[in-house]
Amino acid sequence: MSDAAAAAELAARASYGRLVAYLAAHWRDVARAEDALGDALVAALETWPRTGVPDKPEAWLLTAARRRLVDGARHAGVAAAAEADLTLMLDEHADDAGRAPVSDERLALLFVCAHPDIDEAARTPLMLQTVLGLDAARIGSAFLVAPATMGQRLVRVKAKIRETGIRFEVPERREMAARLPAVLDAIYAAYGSGWEDVAGADPRRRGLAEEAIWLGRLVARLLPDEPEALGLLALMLHCEARRPARRDDAGAYVPLREQDVARWSRPMLEEAETVLATAARFAAPGRFQLEAAIQSAHAQRARSGAADWEAIALLYEGLLRCAPTVGARVAAAAALAEARGDEAGLRALDTMPADAVAAYQPYWALRAQLLKKLGRTGHARDAYDRAIGLSEESAVREFLMARAAEMR
Amino acid sequence: MQYTILVYETESELAARTDPKRKDAYWGAYRAYTKALRDAGVMVGGAGLEPPRKGTTVRQHDGKRRVQDGPFADTKEQLGGYYVIDVPDLDKALEWAARCPSASTGAAEVRPNMPPPPPPA
Repeated sequence: MSDAAAAAELAARASYGRLVAYLAAHWRDVARAEDALGDALVAALETWPRTGVPDKPEAWLLTAARRRLVDGARHAGVAAAAEADLTLMLDEHADDAGRAPVSDERLALLFVCAHPDIDEAARTPLMLQTVLGLDAARIGSAFLVAPATMGQRLVRVKAKIRETGIRFEVPERREMAARLPAVLDAIYAAYGSGWEDVAGADPRRRGLAEEAIWLGRLVARLLPDEPEALGLLALMLHCEARRPARRDDAGAYVPLREQDVARWSRPMLEEAETVLATAARFAAPGRFQLEAAIQSAHAQRARSGAADWEAIALLYEGLLRCAPTVGARVAAAAALAEARGDEAGLRALDTMPADAVAAYQPYWALRAQLLKKLGRTGHARDAYDRAIGLSEESAVREFLMARAAEMR
Repeated sequence: MQYTILVYETESELAARTDPKRKDAYWGAYRAYTKALRDAGVMVGGAGLEPPRKGTTVRQHDGKRRVQDGPFADTKEQLGGYYVIDVPDLDKALEWAARCPSASTGAAEVRPNMPPPPPPA
């Protein structure tokens, strides 16, 4: 790749979200903002190799993108309201085109993506595309959706933002508590989409974990007084720190309690602890802080040699009060089994509704393990089969088959 | 809505069916997957298929009949079986396809089943 192409790529990656957010906020049209910036990037790749890379590539891209928007609007005959905006935008930058710092509208854009009027399933894909510039094929792969379908969903949701006139603004203080969880949930969903691909066998999926952490850092920086934003960042860092330990050298699956703590990333664990401690100073616990605290209690094994299961079980009790998801209930049962015995864990699993767990792999994997330890071999074998059949990863299937075979 | 999951397997996977060292893992994975489909109440039917070399192809074009051993296609992945499932939508069908053992080694393709053709007018 030539220097110019590399510089264009670099400028694009560094400023894509800022520029899309800025243009979309002023134009109130996400799709057009993306198209204009896309055109500007193409123009840059054509122009820069001849003219050299400009001093401020971001400003160049913004000017070029704005010109596209203006041309496009004139061509289409814009509505009066948009024209007014357009004039304002041009005035703002008339004297020092690009030299004025671009205001950071990314937080407003994130709140648009996670707006109550936007379908919950569309929120994370929308964030990944608008703020990070990921394409529909990559987002589709991460969320197990056909690329064409994902593309159509994104087009529809952007049209909805334009048509319903969702405002590009960060909610006021009093609204924040109601609106922030949707933003954090969407970011965590992006992280979760990369979670299953433990081995990093699929770099396209593994990438989303890093992208989600990037978004988590962004929100934590832009909203430094929101403990839950810090909690989410701490949670993702804790999980990510363990990624290298989740497979052994032969690629075999290693469950959390058997992981070699030497393979956990110390810098990431330390950062997670620092961020969580900062969140705790606000004395306003919430779902993500509790989840991060649970991971912190697991991480204690790296310091003291043993995880504090009683503390973990108590933290899960707290978590279930504010976020009783299927995943949290299964994890809580696992903690209960460690802290108070396998029977207690199994009883917790028994209280879960059958339809909620029919296709939930972790439920069957835990159930199988507890039944096996309790010597109920027949039922254990059945549960192992169910867990194996619901697994998406061959490493996990092989692990479960080996455990089931130990019963013969 | 019915969908068919086409199970595409590599040569190595097809060989695993009879390889003494690998056949337990191979069949264990498919047995468990089939059980999971049944227990979740989405299974309609399906079958495993013998490898392509055991196939016979019949063509009857322009009144001329030709019968050949196996298919010609020398592709990396071969059709090794199929499942017909009944789920609410494509999203759910893809979730099940992702769990199919061949998705980790070869491929699992999802096709919507067509409704029966309309009766003659």
